[in-house]
Amino acid sequence: MAIDVSEIQTVEHDVIVVGAGGAGLRAAIECSSMGLNTGLVCKSLLGKAHTVMAEGGVAAALANVDHRDHWKVHFRDTMRGGKFLNNWRMAELHAKMSPDRVRELEEWGAVFDRTKNGLINQRNFGGHRYPRLAHVGDRTGLEIIRTLQDHGIHQGIEVYMECTALDLLKDGDRISGMVAVWRESGRFIIFKAKVVILATGGGGKAWQITSNSWEYTGDGYCIAYESGAELMDFEFTQFHPTGMVWPPSVRGTLVTEGVRGEGGILVNKEGKRFMFKYIPEKFSPETADTIEESNRWLAGDKEARRPPELLTRDVVAKAIRDEVRAGRGSEHGGVYLDIASQRSAEDIKRKLPSMYHQFKILAELDITKDPMEVGPTLHYFMGGIRVNADTQMSNVPGLFAAGECAAGVHGANRLGGNSLSDLLVFGQLAGIGAADYINSLGTAPAVDNRQVEQIVKRATDILNRESGENPYLFHETLQENMQDNVGIVRNEEDLVNGIKKLEELKKLYSKVKAVGTSQYNPGWDEALALRSLLITSEAVARAALIREESRGAHTRLDFPNESDEWQNYNVVIKKRLDGTMEVNKVEREKPSDDIYRIAYSTLEELEAEVAKEME
Amino acid sequence: MRYFKLFRGNNSEGEMKDYRIEVEKGMVVLDAILRIQAEQENDLAVRWNCKAGKCGSCSVEINGKPKLSCMTRMNEYDNDETISIRPLKTFPVMRDLVTDVSWNFIQNKKIAPFKPDPSQKDKNGNYRMTQEDVDRIQEFRKCIECYLCQNVCHVLRDHDKRNKFIGPRFLICLASLEMHPLDTTDRIPDIKNDFGTGMCNITKCCTDVCPEHIQLTDNGIIPLKERVVDRYYDPLKWIWRKLVGEKILRLFPS
Repeated sequence: MAIDVSEIQTVEHDVIVVGAGGAGLRAAIECSSMGLNTGLVCKSLLGKAHTVMAEGGVAAALANVDHRDHWKVHFRDTMRGGKFLNNWRMAELHAKMSPDRVRELEEWGAVFDRTKNGLINQRNFGGHRYPRLAHVGDRTGLEIIRTLQDHGIHQGIEVYMECTALDLLKDGDRISGMVAVWRESGRFIIFKAKVVILATGGGGKAWQITSNSWEYTGDGYCIAYESGAELMDFEFTQFHPTGMVWPPSVRGTLVTEGVRGEGGILVNKEGKRFMFKYIPEKFSPETADTIEESNRWLAGDKEARRPPELLTRDVVAKAIRDEVRAGRGSEHGGVYLDIASQRSAEDIKRKLPSMYHQFKILAELDITKDPMEVGPTLHYFMGGIRVNADTQMSNVPGLFAAGECAAGVHGANRLGGNSLSDLLVFGQLAGIGAADYINSLGTAPAVDNRQVEQIVKRATDILNRESGENPYLFHETLQENMQDNVGIVRNEEDLVNGIKKLEELKKLYSKVKAVGTSQYNPGWDEALALRSLLITSEAVARAALIREESRGAHTRLDFPNESDEWQNYNVVIKKRLDGTMEVNKVEREKPSDDIYRIAYSTLEELEAEVAKEME
Repeated sequence: MRYFKLFRGNNSEGEMKDYRIEVEKGMVVLDAILRIQAEQENDLAVRWNCKAGKCGSCSVEINGKPKLSCMTRMNEYDNDETISIRPLKTFPVMRDLVTDVSWNFIQNKKIAPFKPDPSQKDKNGNYRMTQEDVDRIQEFRKCIECYLCQNVCHVLRDHDKRNKFIGPRFLICLASLEMHPLDTTDRIPDIKNDFGTGMCNITKCCTDVCPEHIQLTDNGIIPLKERVVDRYYDPLKWIWRKLVGEKILRLFPS
C-alpha cells in the first residue's frame, strides 16, 4: 500500500518536546518563555505522567530546616550517592540551581508544606545529610506536575495529548522533526521542528517487578539511538528498596522513601532491625550504629547520626535482598517496613496520607497499626541519552534530552529527591540550550518524505500482518528475561544468556501482530512500545556485561568490588551502521580542582568551610 | 471464574460484551480488565497509568458506580456477581472504556492563573505562609483530576449545562486560588458570571465519589457561593459600592 505523505497532518514548531512529566513541562515552559513556538507531545493525558508518582519530595539546599545546608553539601551527597561516577558538571549545576527552581514553583502556585516560620518545609531522605526535601505530604510529584501544568497552559504551548512519538526526522546530521501517531484516531502526524527535546522518562517496563506505569517503555532512548544519539550509563538501573510485595497484583508499586525519612524502620522476620549490619565503610562515620542513637536522631538531636535505614537506595535494596535470601524475609518474600511503632497514628496520616490510603485499599492493611511488607522494585534509570552538561544537547545536532531520559547527574545511583530537582534544573537548561541552538542555526532543516514513509510503514505493518505474536505475551517474555538475567544482582553467565534471549526476541519482533483497527488500540500501542523496550533492554544488558565491577546500582556477583580503573570510565552505546549495538568504554572528563576537592572533603571540613562562607 | 460485562463500541454504537476470567487474591478491577485485554481482547481500549490511585486516569462506572478501577478491589463484589464496566456517562466515548475528557482541559484554561505579589517576599526572596494558612487549599490540591466529580454532577450529567457551568473539579480549583494567601487576582466576577457557582444546588454527589475524600461542596463550593453572595447580593455593600466604587470595598474584606 503506497503512503501519500501529503495526506498526513503536518504542523510546524520551533521546538517539539516529547513527554509531559516534570522535565518536559519545564522545558516547554522555558522554550515558550524565550519566544519559541513550542509543541508538547505526550502519550497520555496532560498531568498523568510518571512525575505524579514521585512522593517524597524535591531535593534543594534551601537550608530552611537546617541552616548548615548549602549547595556544596548537596553536591557532595549527590556525588557520594552516585559513587563518584556522576557527571561532575551536571551534579554541580544541579546542586547550585535546585533552590531557585523550587522557589520558582512557589511563584507559580505550588503550595509546599511549611515550617513553623512559614518557609517551605524540608524532610530527611536517604543519603542527604540534612533535611533537604521540600514536600507536600507524600504527594510532592502531583503538586509539581499540577503547578507546571497550570502554569504551562497559559504560556502559549501547543499540547498534543495521547499522541505517541514514533521516530525522529533528520536533514543530514541535524534534527528536522518527528513523526507521531494520534492514539484516538490512529492517524499520523508530522512535526516539522528545528529542535526535539526528549523528556520521555525511563524504561522500567522491561522488568516484571517495577514501580513504573505502562508508559515507561524507553521510547526516548529508542528513537534517540535510532537517530544516531549515544546512550550512557545504562548498567545503572535503580531498584528502589521499598516496593509493595503483596498482594501479587500490586507487586512493585512504590512505597515512598518518605516512610523511612519520617522514622520508619526495616525489620526481618526475626524482628531484628537488620540495617545496622549493612553499613558500608565509606558511610560509617556518618551513620548511627545503635538503635539508641537512631532514636535520638528521630527525636531531632542534631548531633546524632542518621539511622542506617536512610543509607542510599542501592545499599538498602541489596540488604533487603540478602535478608530474604538468607531466609529471614517476610511471609511474601520481602521484609517489614514499620512506621507504626515509631510514630503516632495521627502523624502518619498527616505526613504519609497517600501511603496510608494505598495500603488500606490495595493491601487491606492499616500502616498506623501494622508493618508493611516491602521488597526491591525497578524504579529508575540513572543512565540515558548522553548530553552536554551545560546545554543538554546530544551528539545529534538539535536533539536534546532532560530528566530521567538523560544520563549523567546521578552517576551510579540516584538519591531520592534528586529526580524532581533534576527535572526542574535540566528541563530549564534544555530549553535554554534549545534556544541557543536555534539562534545559531543557519538554514532551517527540511523534512525528507522518504523517512516519513518508512516510519509510517513500520508502524502500520504491525496492524496489517495477517497473523502473528500476541504483543502482551511477548512483553511478558521480555520482562521475565530481564527479571531473571538482568536483575538486581548480575553475573556474566546470566547476562550472556539474557542477551542471547534478547537476540531471539528481536527476531521474533518482526512477527508481532496487533489485532483490530488503528483507533485507540492498546494492543498496537503495546506492539509499538516493544521496539523501544527491546533496545532499552539490550543496552542495559550489554552495558552491565562490559562493566566488570560492582558500583552503586550495578552489582556483579563475579566482580563484587568497586574497581579503581572503572571509576574513570562510562559505558557509551551507539548504533553501528550495520544496525548492531556498539558498546564502548569511554574515559570520563576530569573535574576542576575545586569541584573535586568539595566532593572528596570530609563532612567536618565542608561544614567548617560553609560556616565560614556564611559568616 | 468471575463474570464481567464490558462496554465495547464507540460514541454512536456499542454493546455490553461478556467475559469470563480467573481472578486471584488481591486483584483490583483494573487488573481484571487488563487480563481480559492481554488474553482475550488485545484491542480493548482502557485508559490507565499509575495503578496506585495517584494519577486519576482509570475512571469508569462499575456496576453503575463511578470509580477508579485501580483502587476498586474485586472482593468488594460477591463471587457470583457479574461486574459490569462502562465508560463515564457524561463524556463522549472515544472507544470502549475510554472517554473524551478534553472539555475539562478547555475549562481549566479559562481560569485566570495564580498571580502572587512579589513585594511580599522577605529579604532572602522567600514567601512566608503558615501551615494553618495553607491547610485548606492543600486539601483541594490533592485533586488527581479523575473527573469522577464532573461525571456525577447532575448539572453536567443530566442537564448538560457544559457551556454555563465549569463543574466541581474546577470550582475547587478556583477555591484553591481564591483562598491562596499569596494570590492577587480577583476571580469572583468570573465565578459568578462564567463558571456558574449558582447552578450547584449542593447535593454533594461530587463529594461522595471523590477518591481523595476532598470535601468539595462544604469546603470549596459553598465558600465560593458565599463570596459571590457577599460581593453581589449584600445590600449594604451594594450601596457602598455605588457610592465609593469597588476598589475601596476590597480593602475591607468581610
